[in-house]
Amino acid sequence: LPDIHAVAAHQFDDLDQQQEASSLGIWVFIATEIMFFGGLFTGYTVYRTQYFVSFVAGSHLLDLKLGAFNTAVLIGSSLTMALAVYAAQTGKRKSLVVFLILTMILGSVFLGIKFSEYATKYEHHLIPGIRFAPEGSYPPQMELYFSFYFAMTALHALHMIIGLGLLAALVGMAARGRFSPASHNPVEVIGIYWHFVDIVWIFLFPLLYLVGGR
Amino acid sequence: MSTVSVEDPEPTESPVHYLNVHYGVKSWLLTTDHKRIALLYLASITFFFIVGGTAAVLIRMNLLTPTGLLVEPATYNKLFSIHGIVMVFFFLIPSIPAVLGNFLVPLMIGARDLAFPKLNLLSWYVYIVGGMFTLYAVIAGGVDTGWTFYAPYSSTYSNTHVMATALGVFITGFSSILTGLNFIVTIHKMRAPGMTWFRLPLFIWATYATSVIFILGTPVLGISILLIALERAFHLGFFNPALGGDPLLFQHLFWFYSHPAVYIMILPAMGVESELITCFSKKRIFGYSFVAMSSLAIALLGFLVWAHHMFVAGVSMYAGMVFSILSYLVGVPSSVKVFNWTATLYKGSISYAAPMLYGIGFIGLFSMGGVTGMFLASLGMDVHVHDTYFVIAHFHYIMVGGAVMAYLGGIHFWWPKISGRLYPEGWARFSALVIFLGFNLTFFPQYILGYLGMPRRYPVYPPEFQVLNVMSTAGASILGVGYLIPLIYLIWSMRYGPVASSNPWGAKGLEWETPSPPPTDNFEVTPVVTTEAYDYPSREVNVA
Repeated sequence: LPDIHAVAAHQFDDLDQQQEASSLGIWVFIATEIMFFGGLFTGYTVYRTQYFVSFVAGSHLLDLKLGAFNTAVLIGSSLTMALAVYAAQTGKRKSLVVFLILTMILGSVFLGIKFSEYATKYEHHLIPGIRFAPEGSYPPQMELYFSFYFAMTALHALHMIIGLGLLAALVGMAARGRFSPASHNPVEVIGIYWHFVDIVWIFLFPLLYLVGGR
Repeated sequence: MSTVSVEDPEPTESPVHYLNVHYGVKSWLLTTDHKRIALLYLASITFFFIVGGTAAVLIRMNLLTPTGLLVEPATYNKLFSIHGIVMVFFFLIPSIPAVLGNFLVPLMIGARDLAFPKLNLLSWYVYIVGGMFTLYAVIAGGVDTGWTFYAPYSSTYSNTHVMATALGVFITGFSSILTGLNFIVTIHKMRAPGMTWFRLPLFIWATYATSVIFILGTPVLGISILLIALERAFHLGFFNPALGGDPLLFQHLFWFYSHPAVYIMILPAMGVESELITCFSKKRIFGYSFVAMSSLAIALLGFLVWAHHMFVAGVSMYAGMVFSILSYLVGVPSSVKVFNWTATLYKGSISYAAPMLYGIGFIGLFSMGGVTGMFLASLGMDVHVHDTYFVIAHFHYIMVGGAVMAYLGGIHFWWPKISGRLYPEGWARFSALVIFLGFNLTFFPQYILGYLGMPRRYPVYPPEFQVLNVMSTAGASILGVGYLIPLIYLIWSMRYGPVASSNPWGAKGLEWETPSPPPTDNFEVTPVVTTEAYDYPSREVNVA
């Protein structure tokens, strides 16, 4: 079968130009994303410095084991994503589909554990603004810590959910044989996005779970 | 207009071009042609300009009398909020980038389209969805936070439609981000053979610098607005002092974007200005690389000055000193531009077509706005005039006197290319003059009012300020008429204007080498560039 997708879109001169454009595009998008999360990280840093004791107390109410396990799950998903990109580059359609699905499974495991952690926080009355009444005495700004915990992890989870949707679309395209070694920009681009979302978590884990040492 | 055209003296309209290649609503709403998307933006930002302008008219009417002529104080709060929000986020920020930028970036660099045409159409839809949320807020009863959404008023106390407005601004931000991304990739990767970085028209450099701000600034506004929304919906404590939150943090995050946003408005205007001044002086720009680099310098320095909005809000004295010095530094690249435009005029063959009238008006008004910006950057002076009409006058000289003048100049300059028709030159010069006079009569008295101590955002004022306020309102009426005239004759010219040749101004630049209006793919053959920008024939210059 002729590779009908190995033709550049009309605005490009050739496939090389198209590929360079899409990879520059995703890096510019990552720059935007860094600034988006950057605002939150800045706020976090300000209050963590100001209210360190409260942030330590809040951090110690998180489940370190679940957080660490989730970190491992996400690093694993980055590995399977990298293998998927490699499979696309070398034109191995079957392993491309398998690695994409594995990435989706690992991503879903992460989200499942994250939501179970949220449920536990709800049971323990640790939802800021709505249901915040921890047992015993607690430092006054612990609610602020949990505001950041939920805002940061939920924004990250939203990026994961969008990533899963994109991966699902990729699986469909890969199964139909849409990609070839000459033309597989979407796999590369979504791969970079997925790694970025993982890296955000690599920063979130120590900032949220490991405040003041454990 | 006495430009001697080197082309056929009686140009005929090219048979198939981007405007008539397809017909029907669907062919516009599903287009991926950057030129058609530019026109979609042109129509929608004109609509929002009318919305914001109506609010401005009501504000000025109310200030005719010391006790407030028209509306209740609460309504007045909503009027200036809507005026600011609509004009900043839905008119000024998309104005030159999304209309002229969309139309011109591929044409000027010799490309068939932007790098991501579907993303470009998506940007427009995102903008429209954001606009709908904001319009809903206006119709449902308005919002009274001012365009700055300061916490904790916006997050806790205001009982107007903050959520819908904030969502509208948040969503529209993504439109800016996607447009900026598209421009950056296009300028990097889609230049025609021979179009090196230092042969790019200066409008492209300015658009590039603007896109950098879109990419790095807009997401910070996004997250700050999102935090306000979360705090309002779920009572989280990011900016709530009762929970340890700090309202100043919101101001820092907000101005981290919203000061650079001023440069989003003025940088593309400066790019247009460079095109106007060179074309109507028939002279290459004085100091090309300095003008190009000053755009990047303004974009980068612009990120380091935000706290000059907060001198009296409780930032430390030392932070104030640093931000004051950095704010002065922005004056350097801005002045480089003004001096270089002026030097370009020197010994040029200057002609005064309507776009040039706007261009020359821009230099004067921008200088005035810029110099008063230096007043505001100084710590002592700022304490005296902070939150007074002095500030209002200052930023209107930049945003209306600068950005809107250049936008109108650009629209006139490229109108033959956009529509394929010439606008009536006499009317255009007349309205440029009316706008210049009306603008100064509106805003110059506000400098004096501010210096005398009239605070911004108040519906009432002491009787001794009435004369100056009446002058300002009278000017606003003249300004309003000045804006209506082009709206009428530009629409008229689309049907009845004389057919334009491909280069009615005798201007340099790839966009003038293709027919007016251009075909869908812009160029029949991809152009090859062999000369630098503004390659006007040089004249013998005798230095005595």
